[in-house]
Amino acid sequence: MLRVVGAKDVDSLFQAALQKYLFRGKLNLPPPVTELELKREVCATLEKNRTTEQVLSFLGAGCWQHVVPEVCNEINSRSEFLTAYTGDVYTDLGRFQALFEFQSLLGDLVAMDAVTYPSYDWATAAGDALRMAINATGRKEVLVPLSASPERVRVMQQYLGAGKMRHFGYDERTGQADLQSLEDMISEETAAVYIENPAYLGFLEKDAEKAGKIARDNGALFIVGVEPLSLGVLKPPGEYGADIVCGEGQPLGLRQYFGGALLGFVACRDDPDLLNATGARLITMTDTIKKGERGFTFALPERVMFAKREESATFTGTTAVLWAITAAVYLSLLGPAGVGELSRTIMEKSHYAAKILGEVPGIEAPVLDSPFFQEFVVSFGTKSVKDVQSALLRSGIQGGKDITYDFPQYGNSALYCVTEVHTAADIDRLADILSRVLR
Amino acid sequence: MSRPSILGYHAVSWQEPVIYELGAKGRRGFKVPEAEPRVKKAVGDVVKTIPGRMRRRDPPAFPELTEPEVVRHFLRLSQLTFGVDSGINAGVGTCTMKYSPKVNEALVRSPKLTELHPLQDEECVQGVLELMYSLEGMLCEISAMDAFSLQPRGGAHAVFTNARIIDAYMRDRGERKEKDEIVTIVLSHPCNGASPAAAGFKVRTVYPNMKTGIPDIESFKRAVSKRTAGLMITDPYDTGVFDTNLEEYIKIVHEAGGLVAIDQANLNSVLGRLRIGEFGADMCQFNLHKSFSTPHASGGPGCSPIGVKKALADFLPVPIIERDGGRYRFDFDRPKSIGKVAEFYGVVPNVVRAYCWIRSMGPEGLLETSAAAALNDNYLVKRLSGVRGVTLPWSRTFPMRLQEARFSLESLRRETGIGIEAVNRRIVDYGVQRIFPGHEPWIVSEPFTPEPTESSSKEDLDRFAEVMKAVCDEAYTHRSVFRNAPHNCSIHRVDMKAATDPKRWALTWRAYRRKRSQRSITEA
Repeated sequence: MLRVVGAKDVDSLFQAALQKYLFRGKLNLPPPVTELELKREVCATLEKNRTTEQVLSFLGAGCWQHVVPEVCNEINSRSEFLTAYTGDVYTDLGRFQALFEFQSLLGDLVAMDAVTYPSYDWATAAGDALRMAINATGRKEVLVPLSASPERVRVMQQYLGAGKMRHFGYDERTGQADLQSLEDMISEETAAVYIENPAYLGFLEKDAEKAGKIARDNGALFIVGVEPLSLGVLKPPGEYGADIVCGEGQPLGLRQYFGGALLGFVACRDDPDLLNATGARLITMTDTIKKGERGFTFALPERVMFAKREESATFTGTTAVLWAITAAVYLSLLGPAGVGELSRTIMEKSHYAAKILGEVPGIEAPVLDSPFFQEFVVSFGTKSVKDVQSALLRSGIQGGKDITYDFPQYGNSALYCVTEVHTAADIDRLADILSRVLR
Repeated sequence: MSRPSILGYHAVSWQEPVIYELGAKGRRGFKVPEAEPRVKKAVGDVVKTIPGRMRRRDPPAFPELTEPEVVRHFLRLSQLTFGVDSGINAGVGTCTMKYSPKVNEALVRSPKLTELHPLQDEECVQGVLELMYSLEGMLCEISAMDAFSLQPRGGAHAVFTNARIIDAYMRDRGERKEKDEIVTIVLSHPCNGASPAAAGFKVRTVYPNMKTGIPDIESFKRAVSKRTAGLMITDPYDTGVFDTNLEEYIKIVHEAGGLVAIDQANLNSVLGRLRIGEFGADMCQFNLHKSFSTPHASGGPGCSPIGVKKALADFLPVPIIERDGGRYRFDFDRPKSIGKVAEFYGVVPNVVRAYCWIRSMGPEGLLETSAAAALNDNYLVKRLSGVRGVTLPWSRTFPMRLQEARFSLESLRRETGIGIEAVNRRIVDYGVQRIFPGHEPWIVSEPFTPEPTESSSKEDLDRFAEVMKAVCDEAYTHRSVFRNAPHNCSIHRVDMKAATDPKRWALTWRAYRRKRSQRSITEA
C-alpha cells in the first residue's frame, strides 16, 4: 500500500501533510488492555454504582424510571440500526421507514400532523420550538411560566440568547399558570407562549386551552411541552390549540442511563410556514417509480444547515435516531389500549403514594392543590430535605428531587415520582420509613 | 444487458408495510402492569380528577400488534438498513464510519449503567463519575487542552456550545457589543457557520483560492477585524487538505482579540499526531461517534465533548466533575458558566464506550489508528485517481490527504451527463453504502468524498475502487442504466415530488391518510 501511495513509511506521509504540527511525543495514557482486562476493570468501576434496581428510587424530574420491554433493547441492539448513519433511502430504507413510523406514532399521540426528526432532549426540543416560533412570526420574545423546569429553562435560554425569554407567574397554591399575568405580559412582540403539561412539578394545567387562546388572540404561537405517557389520559395538545408540541421521549422504552438516553421531539401543525421556520430534517413518505411501492425522502431539504449553513434556522446533525426508533417500537408494543392503561396505572400508583405520604405526620403531600399525573411535591415541614434524603438512603431509598433551592416558596420540599414500576409495598415502605425519619 | 461480474448483489426487499397496515384490532404486544386492588380501592377513579375538558377522548390511532409481529417488523426494517457492520462504508466521508467494538456494547448494557438515575445521591454514582472524569482526563491529554465538558450531544451542538462560550467570554470582558462576528472557512463542516449563527453571531465566511485549495492569508486577514469574536473551523478541511497556515490564522485572530475554536469532530486521521492545544487553539471538540468508535446509531445519540484552555474553563457548562481525594462530585457553583446546553451530563453510554476504546487502544493503538486511517485514505486516493471521469482538485498542491479526500465528477458529468446524484443512485447497486458528495456550497463541482477510516481492509478499498470504476465506466458505455437506478436495492427510484409539495408530503401516517382522501376527492 505504501508503494502505491508513494511514501517511504507512514511517518513520512504525516510529515508531508502535517509538517511542524506533527506531534512526536508520547501521549501520557495508560497502556492498552485486552478484552478480558477491560471487562474486569470497567465492571469493577461500575460495581461502585448503586442503581435504581438496588435502591428504591422516587426520582423523576426529566428522566423517569419505567418498565422497558425487552423488545426495545433487542431492536436497538440490532447492529444494522446501531451502526448505520447517513445512507440514503436506497441503502437505509429501514431507517427511513422506522423514523417515519416514529413521526407517525408520535403524531397520533400528541394529535399533530407533522413531526420532525428527533432532537437531543426535551430542553433542546423546546429550544428548537421557540426558535421556530420566532422565525415563523418574525417576533422577538417568548413567554414561559415560572413553574417550568429550571433545567430546561436554562437550556432554552441558551438556544434563544440573552433577553428573549420573559416569565409569567403561577398560582403558588395550585401551580396553575396565572393567565392574568400572561394577559398582562403578552404583546405584539410575543412570538410564542410556552407551557408544560404535565408541568415540571407534576400538576396538570387545567386551563391550558385558555392559555392557547390568549396566545392566538395576540398573534402568538402556542407551544406545549409534554411528558408523553401522560397522554393516555390527558388530552393531546393538538386538540387544545397547540401550534407546536415538544417533549421528552425517554419514557418511551429508553432506560435511564444516568440521563444519557434522552430523546427530544417536536411536532407541529402541517403548515408550510411553520415547517419552513425550522431547520430540522423532516421525513416524508412518497412513491417510487414502481406502481404501488412506497418510498421515503426528506421534505423541504433546502432548509437545513447542510444546504444553507449560517442561513439555516438552526443547526442540526447527529441527534438521537436510535432512540426514536426505540420509541416507535415501544409505542407499537403498547398499542392504543396499552397507552391508556399505562397512564391510568401510573396515576393510580402516584395518587396512592401522595395519599399515603400525606397521612404521615410532619409531611404535606401533595403540596399543590391540582390534578397531577406521576409527580407531586412533598413537603417535610421543618426537616431539611437533605437530612430526609440521607436517612432514606441509609434504608435503601432514594428520595425525590430536592426542590428547596429552585422553588424556595415551598420550603423543605422534594419532587416525588411514582410510576408503574412501584408496587404498593414499595410505597408503603417509603411511608413507613419517612414516618420514622420525621418522628 | 451485460453487467460487470462484480455486481451480483441484491438488497433484501421485503416490501414491508408501514406498521399501521399490520396487526388487527384487539391484539396486544405488551402487558402493562396494573395497580394492586388495594391501590385502586384507595384512590378510586383517578382519571376523573382531570377535568373533562382536559381528558383524552379517543385513544391514539395506533396499530394493534402482538409482540412477535412487532419484532418481525422492526427486524425486517433493520435488515433494510446498511450499517458499518453490513459492508463497505468507505465512500461516506466526513462521517468516520469506523467499526465499534462489541465488547464496549456489552459493557454499556450493564444494568450498573442503564439503571442509574441522573439525580441519584453522589454516593451511588461514584463508578460512572469516575469513568466520566477519566475520559475527560484522556481527552485533555489527546488535545493538549486543560478542561473538558462532556455535555454536548452532537458535533453541531458542540460547535454551538463553543460559540456560546465565546459569547460569554466576550460579555465577561465587556466586549460582546463590538465583537459580534465569527469567522469561518467554507471548507469546514457547515455547522461552523450554522451553530455560531444560532448562538447569535454574524458569520463571515472565507473562501479558498481556487488555484491552491486553501484561503490566501490576505483574504483571511480581510475577514478578520476588531469585530471578530472568534474563528471556528475544521482542519483538516472537508477536502482532506490540512492547511498548514493554521498557526498563522490563529495568530491573526488572537491579535484581533478573538478566540479560536477548532472543530475536531474528525480527529481520526491525526489522532495522537496533532495536539491542537499546542498551537494556540483556545477550544476544540471531538465527536465520540466519529474518532472514538462509538456507534453512529442511525444518526445519534452522538456525544461531542468540548475542550478548552484554562482561561475559558470557568465558562464551561455546569456541572463539572471534581475529584476530592478518592471521591467524585458535581460542581454546579460556577458563576461564569454559560449554564446548560442540554439536560443532565451528556450521552453517558457513549462516554463509557469511548473510555473503553481508548483504554483498549493505549497510546500506541491510537497512533496505529491514525496511521491506518491515513494510509487507507491515501491508498484509496491513488486507486481512484486513475478512474476515467474522476479528478482530485489540488492534487498537485496537496497530494497527501488526511481523513478523506474530495474528488470531483465534473469531467464525468461533462462527458456523459452523469453526475454525483446519478452515480450515487447506481453505486448502491453494487452492495456498498452510498458515497458522500460534499457539504454545500459545492466548492468542488459534482463532488464526492470517500473516507475509508482504519476499519477498511485493503480488499475493501480495492473493491470500492473497482466499484467506482465500474460505475464511471457505465456512464460512458451504458448510460441508460442510470435513468431508473437503483435496480438491486430494496426499493426503486423515489419520486421526489412529495419533498416540496405541501399537498403531497406526509410526515405522519395520519397526514398521509388525510391528504390521500383529499386528493381523491379533488381528483374525483
